[in-house]
Amino acid sequence: MKKSVFLGALTVAGFAAAVASAGTLDDVKAKGFLQCGVSTGLVGFAAPDANGNWSGFDVSVCRAVAAAVLGDPQAVKFTPTTGKTRFTALASGEIDMLARNTTWTFTRDVDLKFTFDGINYYDGQGFMVPKSLGVTSAKELDGATVCIQTGTTTELNLADYFRSNNMNYEPVPIETNAEARQQFLAGACDVYTTDRSGLAATRATFENPDNYVVLPEVISKEPLGPLTRQGDEQWSDIVRWTLNALVSAEELGITSANIDELRKGTNNPEINRILGTEGNLGAMFGLDKDWAYRAIKAGGNYGELFEKYLGEKTSIGLSRGLNALWENGGLQYSPPFR
Amino acid sequence: MSVTPDAVPQKTFRLSMLIYDTRYRSLTIQIVTLMIFMLGAAWLISNAVSNLAALGKPIQFSFLWDPAGYDINQKLIPYNNQMSHGRAAIVGLLNTLLVAFLGCFVATILGVIIGVLRLSKNWLVARLMTVYIEVFRNVPILLWIIFAMSIFIEIFPKPNEFRGANANASMSLWGTTAFTNRGTYIPKPVFNDGALWVGITFVLSLVAIWAFRRWAHARQEATGQILPVFWISLGIFFIPSIVVYMIIGAPITLDYPVLKGFNFKGGLHLRNSLISLWLALALYTAAFMAEIVRAGIMSVSHGQTEAAYALGLRPGRTMQLVILPQALRVIIPPLISEYLNLTKNSSLAIAVGYMDITGTLGGITLNQTGRELESILLLMLIYLGISLSISSVMNWYNSKVKLKER
Repeated sequence: MKKSVFLGALTVAGFAAAVASAGTLDDVKAKGFLQCGVSTGLVGFAAPDANGNWSGFDVSVCRAVAAAVLGDPQAVKFTPTTGKTRFTALASGEIDMLARNTTWTFTRDVDLKFTFDGINYYDGQGFMVPKSLGVTSAKELDGATVCIQTGTTTELNLADYFRSNNMNYEPVPIETNAEARQQFLAGACDVYTTDRSGLAATRATFENPDNYVVLPEVISKEPLGPLTRQGDEQWSDIVRWTLNALVSAEELGITSANIDELRKGTNNPEINRILGTEGNLGAMFGLDKDWAYRAIKAGGNYGELFEKYLGEKTSIGLSRGLNALWENGGLQYSPPFR
Repeated sequence: MSVTPDAVPQKTFRLSMLIYDTRYRSLTIQIVTLMIFMLGAAWLISNAVSNLAALGKPIQFSFLWDPAGYDINQKLIPYNNQMSHGRAAIVGLLNTLLVAFLGCFVATILGVIIGVLRLSKNWLVARLMTVYIEVFRNVPILLWIIFAMSIFIEIFPKPNEFRGANANASMSLWGTTAFTNRGTYIPKPVFNDGALWVGITFVLSLVAIWAFRRWAHARQEATGQILPVFWISLGIFFIPSIVVYMIIGAPITLDYPVLKGFNFKGGLHLRNSLISLWLALALYTAAFMAEIVRAGIMSVSHGQTEAAYALGLRPGRTMQLVILPQALRVIIPPLISEYLNLTKNSSLAIAVGYMDITGTLGGITLNQTGRELESILLLMLIYLGISLSISSVMNWYNSKVKLKER
């Protein structure tokens, strides 16, 4: 009898476990805000201002999704995550989506059970050194002390790069970008390595950015993008197509300035489909017709966001490079809205 | 009064007796509680297992044999990034044990000294020790660790500053040691041919010291004559080894650190992460130990001291022969928990990038493989194992010093 009670309890537990995973879209709508995982502070991508308002390139993706789903780009609560805590936060359901310059890799996609919903920044790993060191190439870094953020792909790329070039190094594991900044500026490490966009963003916050140089070598491919839990296709589709809408908007010339004008109706059927004046794409994944209109309206199209947070006029000063539209020789390319 | 036999007839056992009969009731309640508890535990476990299975991540430990792919700066056994996650975990475990051992060692010495000094009759010394204890034990350990690290990073010069003809920094201690903001480089002993003989001599002299002390003790019991045990032991400790060292022709040399490329090469590199963690843990725990030592000493009645003085014992001997043996009985049990605390607090190592077991198995490995539950379970088991080993050793010591009731 004892055994059957035990088995019964197991069955009940099994049902309870199955019920626990409802749709993320319903959860988000029910609680009225989007819980978005971002970095602990990387200027340009995600950083809070003096009043605690988050802004940045990754933050804008969260805001666009919140605008599409809830109609309010401000209905986002941000969870700062470190390289180490981000996956646990997403897998456990603590956050609804992660937009934290996270590299799309095979194991993260397949083994860690996440879905990458596109690439919002094509990046590669680089090295930053003080100019006074006199180093001009990463090949000269044999024996250097290198600061790395733990729990990132950069840690593994670094090990591979130094091994394949038969060089030695002394790793200094670091938890957050802020700690890395402190150690690097104090000279406790010769080199700071992370994605080149991250290096540029970190360098922009230095007192004398000109005393530091990012070495020309790009030692890895780092496609960065937002991700969601695997198994909730509806939610993943929403995040993926929100990002696609931002890119398509740039392709089609929809900007935050002219969007209200275009919404009155145009001759371009794709613009009409995106903005919901023709057909009803939104209903197919449980949103209304205006979802993409609100997402683009929240901060502008992909190009506008890039210029605002990372572009050459900002302190970070990144050029579009690989992140230009495909028409302009870059890699940003959105599947059609049809 | 006539004695009547117990009139209760031999009743057969009925189920209701489990509740209404006091002989069975407590047993019934205990069994029911245990069953409810086990069902609850089973529910939690099966929930976790089925949730993980639904995620497609069933519990398995095979990841421990996969290549780790990351490097570790401080390794006591050979390790490179081609070796397995299991090996990386062992490297981390050894780092944990190293800092725990060093920390406990220094904390014990400091704790005893500070505890005794706090009872000093010298007003200034006693107050200084009070300030030390209150400052250290009332600030969280994590802050001390980070504080120590920041000091090392900001105060010590970069290796670069040692370079050139008129460098900003120079090596300390007659040019043998370099204090840099990446760590302290000290000379490393190199064992050449013949070093084995020096080692054997040294071990033999340790045995000789032990034998001599035994003999001196027996002699004192028998005749009452006291030998200068300390000085003779000191002599046995150093002289034979040095004589053998000279005869064989200096088989042990020192490898000095030299600035080469980006960093110092050669010598022993004590990383700032290790030193700051070690210092912070030791200073913090020493404050608690000092209080334990003080409590132990004060628990010995003052009459004992007076009696010892009356017998003509000098204060040092009184402390050594009368007070401390009795105080140890009070000191050892809480001291065990301090050792355990220090060991467990060493898991804050990641704050300064010290690669202990929490940093390797519970940090990078967990993150790169995504095996959260397995890694944390292993980690908990390992800490449990370390703590139980420490307490069993200390309990054995405690049973040796505790009051022998004959």
